[in-house]
Formats: sequence, C-alpha cells, structure tokens
Amino acid sequence: MILKRLGISVFVLLAVSVVVFVFTLLLPGDPAQAILGQQATPERLAALREQLNLNDPWYERYFTWLGGLLVGDLGTSAATGGSVNELLGQKVSASVLLMIIAAVISIPVGILLGTWSAMRRGRTTDHTLTGISLVLAALPEFVIGIALTTLLSTTVFQLLPSVTMAAPGTRVWDYPLQLVLPTLTLVLVVVPYMIRMTRTTMLDVLDSGYVEMARLKGVPERQVIMKHALPHAIGPVAQVVAMQLAWLAGGIVVVEFLFRYPGLGQAMVDAVQIRDVQVVQALSMIIAAFYVVVNLIADVIGILANPKLRTESSK
Amino acid sequence: MVSTTTVPKATVATAISVRDLSLGVQGGDLILKDVDFDLTPGRILALVGESGSGKTTAALACMNHLRTGLELRGGSVQLHEGASRFFNQNMDLLTLSEKQVRKLRGGTIAYVPQDPALSLNGALRVGEQIHEVLCIHEFGRNGREREARVAEVLEEVGLPSTKKYQRRYPHQLSGGQQQRIGIAMAFACRPAVIILDEPTTGLDVATQDLVLKTVYQLTTKHDVAGLYITHDLAVVAQVANDVAVMLRGEIVERGPAEKVLYDPDHDYTKTLLAAVPDLQGERAMGGGPAVSPSAKVRAPWDNSHDDDVPVANSGQVADSARGANDGRDNARGVGQHDAAQSAHGASSGATAVAAEPARSDEASRGGERAASSTGDTAQVHDRAASPTETKPANEPLVAVRDLRLAYGPAVILDGINLDLVEGQTTMLLGESGSGKTTLSRSIAGLNAAYTGEVLLEGNVLANGTRKRSNEDRRRIQYIFQSPFSSLNPRRSIGDSLEVPLEMSGGMSRKQRRAAVADALDAVRLGRSYINRRPGELSGGERQRAAVARALVNAPSVLVCDEITSALDVSVQASVIELLRDLQRERGLAMLFVTHNIALARHVSHKLAVLEKGRLVDYGPTDHVLRNPQHGYTKSLLKHVPTL
Repeated sequence: MILKRLGISVFVLLAVSVVVFVFTLLLPGDPAQAILGQQATPERLAALREQLNLNDPWYERYFTWLGGLLVGDLGTSAATGGSVNELLGQKVSASVLLMIIAAVISIPVGILLGTWSAMRRGRTTDHTLTGISLVLAALPEFVIGIALTTLLSTTVFQLLPSVTMAAPGTRVWDYPLQLVLPTLTLVLVVVPYMIRMTRTTMLDVLDSGYVEMARLKGVPERQVIMKHALPHAIGPVAQVVAMQLAWLAGGIVVVEFLFRYPGLGQAMVDAVQIRDVQVVQALSMIIAAFYVVVNLIADVIGILANPKLRTESSK
Repeated sequence: MVSTTTVPKATVATAISVRDLSLGVQGGDLILKDVDFDLTPGRILALVGESGSGKTTAALACMNHLRTGLELRGGSVQLHEGASRFFNQNMDLLTLSEKQVRKLRGGTIAYVPQDPALSLNGALRVGEQIHEVLCIHEFGRNGREREARVAEVLEEVGLPSTKKYQRRYPHQLSGGQQQRIGIAMAFACRPAVIILDEPTTGLDVATQDLVLKTVYQLTTKHDVAGLYITHDLAVVAQVANDVAVMLRGEIVERGPAEKVLYDPDHDYTKTLLAAVPDLQGERAMGGGPAVSPSAKVRAPWDNSHDDDVPVANSGQVADSARGANDGRDNARGVGQHDAAQSAHGASSGATAVAAEPARSDEASRGGERAASSTGDTAQVHDRAASPTETKPANEPLVAVRDLRLAYGPAVILDGINLDLVEGQTTMLLGESGSGKTTLSRSIAGLNAAYTGEVLLEGNVLANGTRKRSNEDRRRIQYIFQSPFSSLNPRRSIGDSLEVPLEMSGGMSRKQRRAAVADALDAVRLGRSYINRRPGELSGGERQRAAVARALVNAPSVLVCDEITSALDVSVQASVIELLRDLQRERGLAMLFVTHNIALARHVSHKLAVLEKGRLVDYGPTDHVLRNPQHGYTKSLLKHVPTL
C-alpha cells in the first residue's frame, strides 16, 4: 500500500513537471530577448538561443530538462549564466531552516492545545482557545507579520530586528535573533488550523465507544487520552499538519518578502521579475516536490497509525 | 479448562441495590423516575424496554457514568459490604470521588458494551486490551500472573488463548469473537457485578446462542451478579432469572423471569410479549394469526377470542411455555456447561440443549391435536392465500432466473431462481454478507451488474433502473432498511412522497397531492403528516412514511429490505401488521428480506434461505421450517431463541 502511494507520488511529480514546463513555454516573450534587452543584435540573440537550446523542438527540451532534474542538475540560470543549483542552494537551505523551526514548534503546540481544548469541551478554556485560534486563522500572514513587527521591534518594544540583514558570505543561522520574527509569524499562521483540526478530531474520538469503554474499564483519564484516544487522532491530524506544512512552502514567499529573508520566496519573486525561466521552473519543482513528499509522509503516518490499514498493506 | 486462580464465592446476598434513582436531561425532562432494583450474585436481572426507555442510562448509572448532557436528580446506588475487593463497607456509588469510582469500574463492576466493533479499541491488540484492565486494577501479583489470567479468561469465553491470538487486532476477528473479547475483558478481574448492554444485538443467531451461553455459564459459575439490558424478550427467556420491565424511565413490572414472561400483569408487558415473533407462529403477532402457522397451531376459528389478541393468546402461550421453561431449566442445570463447550467446538455435532425443550413440547402438543391438525392446516392455507383466489396463481408476477453476480473473482450471488407471486410474501433469509440485499437490489434494478434474468409478468426486465421503462419502475418498489436515512430530512413527507409520481408523470399537482394523502391514509399515518418533516417522526412513523413512499404509485411488487431490523419489537409488529393488511387489500407480491427467522411464519408464504450467495433452502414456509434440507437452515432453527 505504501509502495502504491509512492508510485502515485512519482506520477504526480511527473505530471507537475509537464505542467510547469508547458506554462513556462507559454509565457509571452522570448527569454533570449528578455535576457539581452532591446538593444541585442540578432546574432547575439541567435547565439543565446542556441546556448539555451531554444531551437530544439519543445519535447526534446522537456526531456533534456527532466533528465537534468533527475540527476540533480536544475539547469543554467538565464539571468546570471551560472548554475541554478548554486544560485538556489543557500536560499533553499535558509528557507528549509525556517520551515523546520516553524514545524518543530507548531506541530507539538498545535496538537497539545487542540487535545487540551477537546478535553475541556464547553468550558471557558475551550471557548477562549477556539476564539483566539479563529481570529488568528482569519488574519492573513502579512498582517500577523506586521503586527508582530510593530509590537516587538519598532513602536512598542524594540527587542528584535525587523529585517534580516545577512552580509554576503554569511549564513542566516549565524544571526539567530533575526530568525525569531519570521518563525513566530509562520507559527502563528499555522498553529490555529492545527488546534482547530486536532480539537475536532479529538472530539470525535472522545465521543467514540472505545473511549467510553476505556473509562468504564476504570482507565485513568490521562491514559485514556494518551493510549486510547490519541492514536486514533494521529492519522487525521497528520493530514492537517501536512496541509499546513505544504502551505508553508508557498506562504513563506510573503513572509520572507516581509522580513527581507533571503530564502526561496525571495528567489521566486526575483526570478519572475527578470523572467529567469530556469529558476522559476526549478523553484516550482522544488515546491511541488515538497508538497508531494509532505503528503506522502502524512499518508504513511496515517497507514502506520491504523492497524487495519497496516495489516492490509502487509498482506 | 485451566484454573490458576481460585474462584471466590460471593459472601453477600445482594451486590448492588439501586434505590429511587432519578436522572434527567440537564435542565430538561426526567429520563429515569425512581428506579429500584437489586442485583444478586449468581443471578441475572434482565432490564427490558424499548429504545429510549432509559435502560442503558440506568445501567451506566450503576457505574456512576452519566453520558454527556445528563444529570443526577436523586437516589442511590448502594454497593454492599464485601462485594468489592477494595472497599469494606456499604457505600453509595453516586457519592464517591472520581478516583474511587475508577477503582470500581472494570474491577468490581464490569461492563459489556452493545457493539464490540465500536467499543474495542481498533488501535490496540486484543490481548493488550484485556491485560490493561488487569494492570489498572492490580489483579495478580506480577506480570506473569496477569498474563496467565489473560490466557485463562480467553479460554473461559471459548477463544484461543495463544500469544498469536492475543496479538490480533479487533478488525481481524469476527463479530462474535469481538463480543467474546468484550466479555473476557469484563470477566478478567473477576468482578462482583457485570452489566451487559444488549451484547448480542449485532450477532447472528448461532453466535448469539453461544455468547448467551457463555454469559450464563460465567455468571453462575463465578457467582457474579448480572444486569442484562435488552429489548429482545426471547433472549431474556434464555439468560435471565429475573426481569424488570421499563417504560419511559419507570419500572412497571418486575419479578422472576417465568412469572413476567408467561404470566405478565402489566398491560405494557403483555403488549411487548404479544409483539415478539415466535418460530411456531402460535402468537398472533402483527395483528392476526401467522401467515404460515405450523401444523399444530389451531386454526383461527377455533378461538372465538381471536380479536383481543394479547390477553387471550398470552394465557394460552403461558400454558405451553411453562412446560418449555421447565425443560430449559433442567437443561441449564445439567447440560449447560457441556453444551456451551461442544457448541464452540463444532456446531453441527453438538446436541442443541436449548432447542430441545421446545421440540419435545412441540411433540407433546402435536400429539394432542394430531386428529385435527391435517384438516386445520389445509384450511389455514386457504385463508392465507385468499387474495390470490381472484386470479390464477400459477404464473409468478416476478421471476428470477439463474441470476448470478460477481465482482471479479468474488461471487456474490450464484444460480438464483426465485418467484414472487401476487398476494404472497416470499421471505429471503440470510445473515449479513449472504448477498440478500444484493439480490433484492438486483430485482429492483438498483444493482445492474448481474447476469441472468429478472422477469415481470413473463417479460424480461432490463438490468438497471435507468434502462427500465417508467412503467416497469413503477411496478417494483423498494423500501430501505433504515427509515432514518431513506427519507430526505430537508423535505416534508408530502414532498418526498410526490417524487415518484413526478417521475412517472401524467398527473397534475392536485392529483399528486391527493394520491400522496391517500397513501398516507393507507399506511395509517393520516394525511395530517403531509407537511411534517422526517425529524418530527418516530422510527415507526418514519418507516410507515417510507412504506407510503413505495405505495404511492400503486406498485405490484414491494421489495422490503430488512425494514424492521432497526425497529423495536412492538413497532416491528405494527409495521408487519400494516404490510399484511396492504397485501390483503391490494394483492401485492412482496419480497421480505430479513435475518430474523422467527418472523418467517408471521409474514411469509414462501421461505428462501440464502447462504453465501446460494439459495440453500426454498419452498413453502411451513415445509422449509419442518424439513430444512441444508445444514445452515438447521443451525438457524436450532439456535433461534424462543420464548
């Protein structure tokens, strides 16, 4: 069953690669013209087209590009003429760092608060928590980011840097304080959904026959939650977490732009502006792959957390 | 059987006394009013009532467990001195702290839930779930003793005790095995009191029989006080020593099982008893004598009191049943233990202890009436078949010929030949998974994947409803199992009923409304229901509305798919009465799909038994019941609980 999911994932990635490639083909204008500008001579344009393989039929270009992807070669940037790998390497790792910190904080917090809220159903803590999470969920990420900046680094308190300033050649994690605000923004954006979904799932589970049975067996409440209820909530919650993490990959564009964080999002904005087709393609594929991998992990967790699916898959 | 721990004998006369227990919805109506009962070691008290009567609420209150939204209004649940290992004095369970109550739950007072598929934790291995109770209640001195106890209790309920079996997950067990795991879990700590909440509702009769025997055996052997909640009076007759009848939160009658079941005082008990279908077809369930009574039952005109059914008949039944009950008590005393074990080993080889008394009783009564029986039967059949007399009954209205349905290698139905005759009912009997619903859906055209033929008046019908003509669709109507999901909750009853008329067309809105009103009258709901919505109706009313929906464009054939399974016995009786009246008035051909063999004589002229997609027995009901050909039918007959 896991193998089947894996196969589907590969298929999805291939489909995405076709779509991404076709769309970059459809972009108006000539990449060579865009790179060289209006003053370029026809000879230079022709030479660049040759260099970018623009004269080959589109399917050949697709397979050349796909072949490169498979061996980890993302192509040559049209703008800088350098390798896309080199251009993106550091930015990808910077973004991944941001996402990992955000995930590591938000997953336990979301699940814990969601469970806690479900256990106190109908009481003040539950109402407060669901109320706050609804408000946070309703706010766009840039509003949260601006509010945090106002609160923590400019007008009210001046504790944290509001923008990321990494000198060339240094890495983002050399300045941990600069990471706080972007991470906090991402966490605040993602956690409310996790709380709400965990709460709903846990409410269903807590109303189930086996939880009532566990209580009637005299199982202490703590053990009821940890041993009888949580395993059933893991599968659905993993799906929600995956959705949120996948969203992070896209949502990070706005947050990075806001805090001038040198990551994927910024690279994306820049690349689109200068019509750097190779970089846009590469970034699209990276984000797509991230979506697919995260969802695959959620599916696998769902299967592993459910003995019924697990035993069927081992048959 | 292994016995590593000693069996403590109860030292108390009464384990739990419930006094003046009152419970209500928070800020709302009372659900229980002054409920009193005692649970005695070694005896089982059956709490009988219909859904919504408060029996589960009362039982859970014995464990100080109130479901969400309920509140205690008064009363006490006394746990008597010596009943528990943990407390040495009398005390009121309802006043204990949460921690103290937790100690009692599962250890001193154990609960067996209604549906094991929902109540066993799907994420935990079954052995672990039993082991958990022992750990929590510190049963045994160490891990090894607890493991031995898990194995022992598994054997007590007739399951394998191997480590391999213990490592299974609930979904890898059958429904009956799951329920026995639930029972093992309850008996694991040797509780003083056990509460069983309709533990056999979802099981087929053979498994039910086995589970009931296990429960009976364990409660008597270990001197456990049992509380058995059920709405099935036939089950009560099999397990209970005492009975308390609940009606809308009050106990209206109580006493020894023999007394309450065979000589009831309260009108409600009598109504309930009259509604229980019996295999012999003696009882006038569903508003009249059985359609296919057994040969020994008197013809209706023998009894001038035929119309006031409950009183006249229950007296008569009481005579005969008392004998049966004596026989059963003997069986319990002598052979209960062996019967349970051998039935577990192989159902075919074992002698059916529970079924025997009924049969010997039948024999003696049969002897009494031997002289008149043959003549009576003939006449009874004439009467039952009276609607068909107007037309020749030689040609079936619907004929199924060599129907087969397979999904890939899985054959669901094979070689089915079945006739539905005008004015007659054919019962299609089988347990879940036998293919009975698939067959009925194929006949109605809801499942088009079959091969073979379905003929209506000799004309082959197309495979699916989409390909059938309006007229063909109109003539075969289908009634679904659950009245709760078959009616659109957003539409009024009148709107729902109008849909089939709109589909067949050719009527003005006024005519349609008139037809709907007539149909509602015909199902005894009355036209005032036309603007109500399903949410305002009780289960029985909804099923009547569903019947009206099927009747509204005057079909010739009704396919009734388990339409009484979700209903209480008394409601079931009224729905069956309705169907029988409608059949008499309109000469409908009916296919009555069910898993309840006890209904056979009451509704059906012909009986078809389906097992694993094949018809294993088929013929006139009386004939099949008296001479079952197939082992499956025989085992059904052997295990069916009787009053």
